[in-house]
Amino acid sequence: MHPYLLSFIGGLLVGTAVWLLLMGLGRVAGVSGIMAAAIDNPRSSAWRFAFLGGLIGGGLLFARAFNIAAVTVTSTPWLIVAGLLVGFGTVVSGGCTSGHGVCGLGRRSARSLVATVTFMVFGAVTVAVVRAIQ
Amino acid sequence: MNAQTTVRSGVIATLAGLIFAAGLALGGMMDPRKVQGFLDFGGITSGRWDPSLAFVMGGALLVSLLTFARIRTRETSWLGTPIKLPNRRDIDIRLVGGAALFGVGWGLSGYCPGPAVASLLIGGIDIVCFIGAMAAGMLLARYWMRRGDAHEEATE
Repeated sequence: MHPYLLSFIGGLLVGTAVWLLLMGLGRVAGVSGIMAAAIDNPRSSAWRFAFLGGLIGGGLLFARAFNIAAVTVTSTPWLIVAGLLVGFGTVVSGGCTSGHGVCGLGRRSARSLVATVTFMVFGAVTVAVVRAIQ
Repeated sequence: MNAQTTVRSGVIATLAGLIFAAGLALGGMMDPRKVQGFLDFGGITSGRWDPSLAFVMGGALLVSLLTFARIRTRETSWLGTPIKLPNRRDIDIRLVGGAALFGVGWGLSGYCPGPAVASLLIGGIDIVCFIGAMAAGMLLARYWMRRGDAHEEATE
């Protein structure tokens, strides 16, 4: 199967997870918001830990099934810097690729459109700078 | 929530997480090289651009648009709980500034929160460091926002 078709089907599955969580629990499947609320407020986050558990277990299961090896694109110190930026930035802006990019755009939210364009542009500029330095 | 609803919500949420992970894995999004390959727009002209992420986003958005278009007619979920949608409409410096910081971290690492969490058990110490730093950044942001003005929380 063509890899782009696989990617599209993968996207349909991500959308299905969004549908299931919204119809089933009435919740928006934004990973950054779910994780931040879970670690900040663990006692009232049973469903959040269940979702994160499914994501982690599924990641292991499907990485094995599809033969996906772990790769990192930068050194450990830079990964820590990047992790801090991703964690801080997504909570301050209220969403990540799933919360703003998939759910927010799906709701046709102007806020999410602005956020998505912004993180795409800054991501692209960062990759361009990294490629220029390397 | 009573015990039965708690168990059912746990099952549905776990299933949603599993399907989410399957989509990320199948779509190639657990590979940070493919994410950087998409963000490398300079590669469009040289032929090394990887549009995979656009196909994943497209597929996910298609289902999401249909879902949210139909959800307006519903008031409660299958479990009878209220449907909670973000209600903020303002575009402020936190939205743009936060998204910019996230974009820089995303570009540096090729990881956004979903694929990072899904990679926790396959990525070794590097991904554990990334997720630990991400968790610290999240708690720092929530602390900082609580200390600031009484800004309405609308994390997604």
